[in-house]
Amino acid sequence: MTIDISQFYQVFFDEAEELLAEMERLLLAVDIAAPDPEDLNAVFRTAHSVKGGASTFGLNDMSEVTHVLESLLDRLRKGEMALTGQHVDAFLAAKDILKMQLDGHRNGADVDQDAVANVRMMLHDLSEGTVVPAHQPTVPSFLHAEQKQQVSEGARRFKIELPDLPKRDVDALVDELGLLGRVSVTPLAGGRTALIIMTHERLDDIVAICSFVLDPDALKIFEAPPLTPEQRAKEAQERARIEDEQGYGFFDPSDAAAPAAQSEEEQGYGFFQPIEQIRREAGIVAETTEVQEQQAAREAQELLDAASEKKAAKKAADAAHAQAESGSIRVSIEKVDQLINLVGELVITQAMIEQRSDGLDPMLHQRLLQSVGQLTRNTRDLQEAVMSIRMMPMDFVFSRFPRMVRDLAGKLGKKVDFITNGAATELDKGLIERIVDPLTHLVRNSIDHGIELPAARSAAGKTESGRLFLSAAHQGGNIVIEVADDGGGLNREKILAKAKANGLAVSDDMPDAEVWQLIFAPGFSTAEIVTDVSGRGVGMDVVKRNITALGGSIDIRSARGFGTTMLISLPLTLAILDGMSIRCGEEIYILPLGFVVESLQPLAADVKEIAGQGRVVKVRGDYLPLIPLYQMFNIEPRITDPCEGILVILETEGRKAALFVDELVGQQQVVVKNLEANYRKVAGISGATILGDGGVALILDVAALLRASRQLTDESVVSRIDNTTN
Amino acid sequence: MAKTILAVDDSSSLRQMVAFSLKAAGYQVVEAVDGQDGLDKAKLQSVDLVLTDQNMPKMDGLTLIKALRGLPAYQKTPILMLTTESSEEMKNKGRAAGANGWLVKPFDPQRLIEVVKKVIG
Amino acid sequence: MSTQATTRTDNHDGSGSEYLAFTLGSEEYGIDILKVQEIRGYEAVTRIANAPEFIKGVINLRGIIIPVVDMRIKFKLGTPTYDQFTVVIILNIGGRIMGMVVDSVSDVTTLSPDQVKPAPEMGTAFNGEYLMGLGTIDERMLILIDIDKLMSSSEMGLIDRMAA
Repeated sequence: MTIDISQFYQVFFDEAEELLAEMERLLLAVDIAAPDPEDLNAVFRTAHSVKGGASTFGLNDMSEVTHVLESLLDRLRKGEMALTGQHVDAFLAAKDILKMQLDGHRNGADVDQDAVANVRMMLHDLSEGTVVPAHQPTVPSFLHAEQKQQVSEGARRFKIELPDLPKRDVDALVDELGLLGRVSVTPLAGGRTALIIMTHERLDDIVAICSFVLDPDALKIFEAPPLTPEQRAKEAQERARIEDEQGYGFFDPSDAAAPAAQSEEEQGYGFFQPIEQIRREAGIVAETTEVQEQQAAREAQELLDAASEKKAAKKAADAAHAQAESGSIRVSIEKVDQLINLVGELVITQAMIEQRSDGLDPMLHQRLLQSVGQLTRNTRDLQEAVMSIRMMPMDFVFSRFPRMVRDLAGKLGKKVDFITNGAATELDKGLIERIVDPLTHLVRNSIDHGIELPAARSAAGKTESGRLFLSAAHQGGNIVIEVADDGGGLNREKILAKAKANGLAVSDDMPDAEVWQLIFAPGFSTAEIVTDVSGRGVGMDVVKRNITALGGSIDIRSARGFGTTMLISLPLTLAILDGMSIRCGEEIYILPLGFVVESLQPLAADVKEIAGQGRVVKVRGDYLPLIPLYQMFNIEPRITDPCEGILVILETEGRKAALFVDELVGQQQVVVKNLEANYRKVAGISGATILGDGGVALILDVAALLRASRQLTDESVVSRIDNTTN
Repeated sequence: MAKTILAVDDSSSLRQMVAFSLKAAGYQVVEAVDGQDGLDKAKLQSVDLVLTDQNMPKMDGLTLIKALRGLPAYQKTPILMLTTESSEEMKNKGRAAGANGWLVKPFDPQRLIEVVKKVIG
Repeated sequence: MSTQATTRTDNHDGSGSEYLAFTLGSEEYGIDILKVQEIRGYEAVTRIANAPEFIKGVINLRGIIIPVVDMRIKFKLGTPTYDQFTVVIILNIGGRIMGMVVDSVSDVTTLSPDQVKPAPEMGTAFNGEYLMGLGTIDERMLILIDIDKLMSSSEMGLIDRMAA
């Protein structure tokens, strides 16, 4: 008519997408054995909402599917039907179909009509109570063949006499046929009904649709003579009048030949009291003349016309309005990044002020110092608030998995319990998007190669269902994501063999931790059969590369027969870090305070040299590897004797080490800047920051540093020391 | 002075469409995303007409209608239900809750304006 | 658009051929002005561990960290000195910002296609594939470099090939 509602399509598309995602989430979470009525209600509501929107916006293919879905769900939530695994499977399939149809409307994507028909059969069979095995291509052949052709003869009239059917089935049939043409319903003797349909479709299509609901043999179909031109004209006129006053809807009134009195039913709205009474009681001054009413209607029409022309401006304003009312606004990422950068600059400037005011006499400049203190607090609060804008909960990533796990496990014939932890842990938006692919690969790996088939598990004394565990937590300045399974674990021998075959330099007594890292080498895959899921050998090295590019690291723990754990550690980029600044040579470096245990100057007696492997230092009874920073970074050292310098004791991933530096400079909060933005990843460095004097300081990657000196924590080395000293 | 309408529906697309249409017809519109939100907004600002969906999270339409009728300011305010079916059951429940009428979804914006005009002018 | 296939002076987007001229050692070079963001003096650089000598380190450019390379070291052109006349050309190569130390910057010149001759196959410090041609203005000869290609190359090692 005059308001173009297509401007709201996009909003509906987004809304429908969310509803479908919600539907899937609910379906995956429902307990089939003892479903919570509230859950069933919730699923029903999502289907209902999608149907409502789809109808409003004329997306008939979707409203068809949701209609059947909704009816089934209604019966389930009312307890008229029992929920089975088959139902859930069918509903999930329906959700996929709806998503496909949605994408079809939204992006013009192809919609597989066969799949649609298949799902509708499934849903139909469920509502009939007949059990249908999944993946059965039982689309009736004539339906299949002829729906593809649009026969454009003149429209024909068929009269279909239905057997005694429940009203619900009749309604369903009228719904379906209504999409082929115009349908009207006439009562027949004996409580039966007849449908008159005016359509371009072939009779076969009509029969096919009817066969969804009843046995085609029970039908009686006649072709009614086409109406004479006068009859047709009269019918058209009648229809027009009725449609003008009717609810925006799908059905003609029950008897086209003799139009019933205009009841409120057909208008699609109605009142419980006379309008005059409603208005009077509400205190509304009556504008009773018909002329006035028509005038008002006409004015409204004009306004609507004008309003449609100003669609663009209105739409923007309304969108903002609606969003504001719903409590959130959309902001471009560039603006957010700019804001974060500016706040970062502010932090640096504030640090400079703090630094310069440090040297002032507190007695003389008390008020100034107080203000500086206040500034520091305000800046810190602002920092935190701004950083949190880009942070999103890991749930955004986790939520993609339940469905994938279920489908994959089903496909491979495995049983998998999927458990997540720490979904509320927050991560920068940019990182979230880039962690999805690597995580997906690891999850698939666990299910494909890690977790065994139920029979194998039982034989090994394990539960039939394998456990797949996904968790996220903050640790120091990082976020640690864990993907763990209780499957068969990595096969050390196979990996070593494969590595040797690939020409990698390995030795048979390499520690486990290093053997596991071999699977990240390019072209590595020890899968017996390359399944289409993973194991093509292109996976793990890409995973590692992606994680390294994010400034993170990945470690593996595995035990034969028990399972495998992948630990991904990612720096919280653009984080504000509490750092300890140290000097080595001419440069200042920053150590994230989260890794620092303590700092000390060792006694000569506590420092020992291990032939060919460097030095260790005894700290509180433990021997820790001594890592001279100047050696790691090829810096011209000022101090070479640890006893004249400072050892900073660091701890990460269960390991400790002593970092040997020249001196401690101080402690401050720093804004972490990314090196990879304009340069590249540097080994041992996790980022950079701008100091109060404008210079740049590099932030040390403690985990990498410790890993580089791993061999010194080898048990055999430590025991040798103990033997020689005791 | 322009009349104000409270539109309550958990579907953003529908709510926006309703708001847009009614504003084009010269009304002020307050939007609410569910029954609870609708009740809160109705208390904050007095409106001349309430349009409410039925199936909503937190508080459904019928409960909202009953709650509104319990407020002195909304004893006689016209309230219309937006409903997906026009069954006897729905009508009875609506009438009992205190609604003045109903409008079947999906509806044409034109008809919405027509109906609203009939009630509050 | 140039019809000479051997010289590569036309830019991809067909805009004018304006070059920033600078000196390295005893030669004058030219690069597409559109890749140049700004020109700064040389200031203290923060070294990067284990980086090749020609990558001097990183500096703070108004809040962002960018690497600085010294072409004189990389291509062994003259003796690198760092004084008040030393210039750093800040480049924007496909969104990546980086600095390039040169001896001095001359000017910005426009070269028409007939002022550009094909580059010789040998005899220049730079690998031939980075050369776009030789520009001649009066007595001067500018060695025109495809700075984009050079800076993105693996031999410069500025971009992590794996992550790219």
